[in-house]
Amino acid sequence: MTVTTDRLPSYDEAVAAFDPVIGLEVHVELGTASKMFCGCSTTFGAPPNSQVCPTCLGLPGSLPVLNGAAVESTVRVGLALNATIVPWCRFARKNYFYPDMPKNFQTSQYDEPICVDGWLDVELVTEDGARTVRVEIERVHMEEDTGKSLHVGGATGRIHGADHSLVDYNRAGIPLIEIVTRPVEGAGAQAPELARAYVTALREIMRGLGVSDVRMEQGSLRCDANVSLRPGPEAPLVTRSETKNVNSLRSVERAVRHEIRRQAGRLTAGERVVQETRHWHEDTGITTPGRSKEQAEDYRYFPEPDLVPVAPDRDWVERLRAELPETPDARRIRLLDEWSLSEFDLQSMVNAGAVDLVAQTVEAGAPVDAARKWWLGEIARVANERGVALDELPITPAQVAAVVALVEAGELNDTLARQVIEGVLAGEGEPAEVVAERGLAVLSDDTALLAAVDAALAEQPDVAEKIRSGKVAAAGAIVGAVMKATRGQADAARVRELVLSRCA
Amino acid sequence: MSAGVSTASDLTRLTAAQTGAAIAAGEISAVETTRAHLERIAAVDARVHAFLHVDAEGALAAAAAVDARRAAGEQLGPLAGVPIAVKDVIATSGLPTTCGSRILEGWVPPYDATVVRRLREAGVVVLGKTNMDEFAMGSSTEHSAYGPTHNPWDLDRIPGGSGGGSAASVAAFEAPLAIGTDTGGSIRQPAAVTGTVGVKPTYGGVSRYGLVALASSLDQAGPCARTVLDAALLHEIIAGHDPLDSTSIDSPTPPVVEAARAADVRGMRIGVVRQFAGEGYQPGVQQRFTEAVALFEDLGATVVEVDCPNFDYALPAYYLILPSECSSNLARFDGMRYGLRVGDDATHSAEEVMALTRAAGFGAEAKRRIILGTYALSSGYYDAYYGQAQKVRTLIVRDFDAAFAQVDVLVSPTTPTTAFPLGERVDDPMAMYLADLCTIPSNLAGNASMSVPCGLSPDDGLPVGLQMIAPPMADDRLYRVGGAVEAALRDRWGHLLIEEAPPL
Ligand SMILES: [Zn+2]
Repeated sequence: MTVTTDRLPSYDEAVAAFDPVIGLEVHVELGTASKMFCGCSTTFGAPPNSQVCPTCLGLPGSLPVLNGAAVESTVRVGLALNATIVPWCRFARKNYFYPDMPKNFQTSQYDEPICVDGWLDVELVTEDGARTVRVEIERVHMEEDTGKSLHVGGATGRIHGADHSLVDYNRAGIPLIEIVTRPVEGAGAQAPELARAYVTALREIMRGLGVSDVRMEQGSLRCDANVSLRPGPEAPLVTRSETKNVNSLRSVERAVRHEIRRQAGRLTAGERVVQETRHWHEDTGITTPGRSKEQAEDYRYFPEPDLVPVAPDRDWVERLRAELPETPDARRIRLLDEWSLSEFDLQSMVNAGAVDLVAQTVEAGAPVDAARKWWLGEIARVANERGVALDELPITPAQVAAVVALVEAGELNDTLARQVIEGVLAGEGEPAEVVAERGLAVLSDDTALLAAVDAALAEQPDVAEKIRSGKVAAAGAIVGAVMKATRGQADAARVRELVLSRCA
Repeated sequence: MSAGVSTASDLTRLTAAQTGAAIAAGEISAVETTRAHLERIAAVDARVHAFLHVDAEGALAAAAAVDARRAAGEQLGPLAGVPIAVKDVIATSGLPTTCGSRILEGWVPPYDATVVRRLREAGVVVLGKTNMDEFAMGSSTEHSAYGPTHNPWDLDRIPGGSGGGSAASVAAFEAPLAIGTDTGGSIRQPAAVTGTVGVKPTYGGVSRYGLVALASSLDQAGPCARTVLDAALLHEIIAGHDPLDSTSIDSPTPPVVEAARAADVRGMRIGVVRQFAGEGYQPGVQQRFTEAVALFEDLGATVVEVDCPNFDYALPAYYLILPSECSSNLARFDGMRYGLRVGDDATHSAEEVMALTRAAGFGAEAKRRIILGTYALSSGYYDAYYGQAQKVRTLIVRDFDAAFAQVDVLVSPTTPTTAFPLGERVDDPMAMYLADLCTIPSNLAGNASMSVPCGLSPDDGLPVGLQMIAPPMADDRLYRVGGAVEAALRDRWGHLLIEEAPPL
């Protein structure tokens, strides 16, 4: 049975009746040069099945050897998340059959993860200012990625109904870490924003550590969101659902919001929430049921006998701790000071995932205000439109700085600069190339402008009359017409001056 | 090397040490030695069925390469040019590797096991692949999908298992050496019932890379030979640390060749395991064992009885740990990537193809253990079965530790009976499992163990094996003791026991 969106309670109704509790499981592909248990390359986008060997193909007789660099990255993540690095841990086998799993078991960590008991403070923007919520992290563990199936034919793109399936094992064995939170309560109506802010903060940390490129689009950061509802402060938690592979920051927030409404709808109608895995659909904004956990597979975990236990050396761990980069919090304090920003301004940059980008744009020569304006304005709008993170757009801080420089030099105005950015995002090349190609330049020749102004006044004599009679506000219509006629290349302020002087 | 080697049949009667020395001295060529063994295989293997695949072309090419190296003035190693048979559970690049199973019929590995790579580097000539119980599950080689191997001493009897093919090839003079693998006795029990020498090195002493896993924490590859010195020479070539096997021990191989040559037990303390006697032990086996113990005293060793009370639980613990690991290790055989595929006719889903392939591809014993192991690892049963079995394993290690505090080497009959008739136990798994009663504790503890011939049982005239067990990485003690027993018995009989095997 599918609950359709129109029968759902509004979000406000849902959170008025229930207290949402969320839990997040985030998978991050580590950016190590080689795979978790073999020497194969991890480069993204290589031809299918070109980065494989007996081990990551699970050929009979092959054996795993743990990648030390992956352990180091995981320990650094654990330290950055304020977790305890355990003195001794093991890998386990998670047994289940699936064609994209070469061994039909995944080598993972189960009851003996390498990092436990961490936390991450996440800032939420409220009407009364910023508010910090501590998200407790239960564990960070290491595992290997699976291959990727491509189901050809059939309607759903899923394995059922497909004519045939192709499997690419390049991804099989890529090092993954899974970061699992404890249930987060008390965010109330802000639970969806908290989920998004948490994932955003995690990405900042991963990027700061340099352990992953954390690109949600490419799947190097994948998020599963658990949602359950509590009917009242004292009431027991209702069954949770787990929404899989929510692949953008915006989707994290939307998926949690939708699940809150969906579950509230069921509970209000006297139905029960089934413990299950659900799939998020970006296009329709709803989740649909996947495999039910109540008939879930028994993974028959047991310690991986082909690997020896991992016992991180204490001194080594302390050295890694000492070498951790500046934390996002520390940087926040530093930037607040250096850039003279308000808490609110900085927070909105953090939420948008723009801090690094703005910092790099500033380093490339742009003033802070200009860098912020473009990243949080026009570029953020496009990112939102495309449903991707800012840093997933094909524009670099250096390119934004170049656009800012052109504006500062008076060669572009804001309208034209927006067109240049649009061109860069459309893959038309560097800003200078877009300017040349599109012929974008501010018209600074008054003679040409005056001709355009006169033409506009002649076309709208009634407006011209109004201006002449002192209604200065009417000048806007003429300015607009001139801007349109010059395809935005005129300087609007100068046009206005010319219009007023012509009608004086 | 004795003078007067003139016929091909003489060449097959030499020991590996003699053959290697003669080739290195230029008295015989590797090619003629190889050809002699290929002819012997052609003459007798239709009756013995030790081989699943003979690679005449590859073997002759490898032999010619050794002869060329010698002709170029290169100093050859002790086994260069010596032929060897390799159990079909070990990956050989370009040569079929079936593990005695239908499910891998036609699979040709794209890589060499480390053991095979080391053999090739040492100039040892791989003749072909030997028969075995499917995936090394069995004690009679009757569970091979390709028909049983016959014991060269009596073709109506089993050659032991799972490595019956390797032991029979050596006993039938088809090869002077063979590689076996031992998970619960699969090298030692076949050695015992074919009157040959078999060694299970310390777990981690020989790389498992390329050994198709049955039970990863128990499997160990090792030498099969007709003399203790030959086994030592082979042991030295295949042993040593391998970075591709995480459980490989990173320390020097014990001086096994030196120990085999020393063959001196004076001053050594020998422990007789009290638990390995009594009901179920064939009187003739018991008698030869008692005589061997008396021999130790004659040779200047001290013999004491030691108590290992937890050995009584070894068999049940083994039959929980082995199936558990096996159920996971064998999961990869699903028809998706290599080997048999059944039901791929566009009417079955991938899941159904997996199930149909496994149903058709695995034999009854493999299915029995997969089901047992799947059950033992299931949630709710794990602690009671797999968990308890691991505790027993710890207790067995403690029994060994206590025993080795008193003695240098433990001894017992290798197997409670001599070779039983083909077909006798094939439908009685419990009776079959009892054949490994004395060999299993060493696998559970990961220590080193050897079987050497100690005479023919007076009740049926078939070979009896003497088992010796040494602490981990004290494999040299086995060769010292085994060499002494072999020398003393050769003095008594005037020849090796294997010379008494009837002509085929
Ligand atoms: Zn690989």
